[in-house]
Amino acid sequence: MEGQGAGRFPGQSAGAGGGLMGSAFMQSGTSSFTEFLAAYNPEYLPGRRMAALGATGGAVPLDVRHGTTIVALTFPGGVLMAGDRRATAGNMIAQRDIEKVFPADEYSVVGIAGTAGIAVEMVKLFQVELEHYEKIEGVELSLDGKANRLATMIRGNLGLAMQGLAVVPLFAGYDLETGEGRIFSYDPVGGQYPEHGFYSVGSGSVFARGALKKLYRGDLDATGASMAAIQALYDAADDDSATGGPDMTRRIYPVIAVVTEEGYRRLPEDEVSELVHEVVDARHRSPDGPQAPLR
Amino acid sequence: MTTPFYVSPEQLMKDRADYVRKNIARGGSVAVLNYDGGILFVAENRSRVLHKISEIYDRVGFAAAGKYNEFENLRQAGVRLADTRGYLYDRRDVSALGLANAYAQTLGTIFSEAGGKPYEVELIIAEVGDRPEQDQIYRLTYDGSVADAHGFVVIGGAADEVSRVLEGSYTEGAHLGAALRTAVAALGRDGTETRELSPTQLEVAVLDRGRKRDRKFRRLVGAHLARLLADEPGADEAAVSENGNGDAEGDGAPASSSAAGGSGTAASGGAAEQGDILDDIDDVLEDGDGEDEARD
Repeated sequence: MEGQGAGRFPGQSAGAGGGLMGSAFMQSGTSSFTEFLAAYNPEYLPGRRMAALGATGGAVPLDVRHGTTIVALTFPGGVLMAGDRRATAGNMIAQRDIEKVFPADEYSVVGIAGTAGIAVEMVKLFQVELEHYEKIEGVELSLDGKANRLATMIRGNLGLAMQGLAVVPLFAGYDLETGEGRIFSYDPVGGQYPEHGFYSVGSGSVFARGALKKLYRGDLDATGASMAAIQALYDAADDDSATGGPDMTRRIYPVIAVVTEEGYRRLPEDEVSELVHEVVDARHRSPDGPQAPLR
Repeated sequence: MTTPFYVSPEQLMKDRADYVRKNIARGGSVAVLNYDGGILFVAENRSRVLHKISEIYDRVGFAAAGKYNEFENLRQAGVRLADTRGYLYDRRDVSALGLANAYAQTLGTIFSEAGGKPYEVELIIAEVGDRPEQDQIYRLTYDGSVADAHGFVVIGGAADEVSRVLEGSYTEGAHLGAALRTAVAALGRDGTETRELSPTQLEVAVLDRGRKRDRKFRRLVGAHLARLLADEPGADEAAVSENGNGDAEGDGAPASSSAAGGSGTAASGGAAEQGDILDDIDDVLEDGDGEDEARD
């Protein structure tokens, strides 16, 4: 405890004049929590475990958990993100009710696909990073600033990504300056790309994006966008074995989060349940879902 | 040739304490008190960006009096400590007591170290609990002493006078508006005459027990603050309903990003508005050339 400084500001051992100023906590400098943690103890950061992995050489043989499909779409005055609930480890379903969509802060949301363990850790660090900046500086980061911070974190994970432990988040938020919802996608090397309208990541993303392409309209409201997201996740689960469909018997439904001017809001389960039942009922009649007009 | 001469430890500590007390006495006071819905922080502060009251963590708030650069340094250290602890363990493992102990050790060490100058600060660390009896308020002085307070506590220039007034006027379990008016009236009686403090001269925040989010800290600003001060009917209720629907006004995030704008970042180190900030610091802390004087 003392060594980690969790109980007091370290470096303040009696006698050493000015010793306090040498301590990590008292040193004024960065307003980034990640940079502070890197200076304080880099072992605490995700993506700094190359040394341990070095011995294995190539791909990681472990059956670690993978998150699968996330979709996001904008609507006038906000943005919506939804994720299925399955985590896989190889051909096994490792978890049926994992949550992969998280609030990053009051006005943004982050969803994760890829190596779940590292991704969840990265999201946790990202949440602290945004809150830490806000508390130290007294103002929030801009939405682009937040998106860039996340890109930096993914870049920090490059070594592990090359060995097969890639993390591919999807970031979305309400831009307080422009008053609209925006989506940012990433690749495993930390490239950051603004997306327009809709996007999806993860193993089922190809199918989800195909569905969204036919369902997305610029004039959807939050409920309409939720419906489109559920349809897209249903289609992803239909064709991708790693994506979980709505589990009607266990009552496990997708996580749906909406960010608007009023901030982050996760749709309550009864609301999601109602929409999911509507979708599933309609699929009983037409298993491939709603049809787009041919011309 | 100078002859080294003996100074007794008692004298040395007394000199240091006198020096610090004299300088703290120059600044305004800060009052922290319990109300029925949580903990209320009230400070006389004309600056919108140089805060004397801040959020440290979910349930923990910070108030300071004295020299700005010194308590700002301590505040940032507290935020780093809390965020690190919450990240490595769990959000629930960050407590006011832990922070108060860290601050006490730090201030105590600085005060007794022979080489440097003691910090000219007094701090309050407060934590709001799930129930009123779990609320904790700690007062820390420049030498590292800690005291836990019940009901209310005052630090800064006229702490004794303001405390005396509050002793007569403070009532347990008051509503937010009533508690705020009690505190503001007490802060206005820090000298021989009674002053009326307007909303623009005040920095007010609460740790709001009823807030649905993890982060209970909320600044009260603008029209809402004015309504509470004026005892307009419904102001308290407005505060309650605000909690219910995600409080648009007075929330740290949107309010500060629009109101503070660029100067918020300058306050924490940017050079762009240095002149303004120096003016502000003089305004706020009435620090002037205190150090030189004290050394004479």
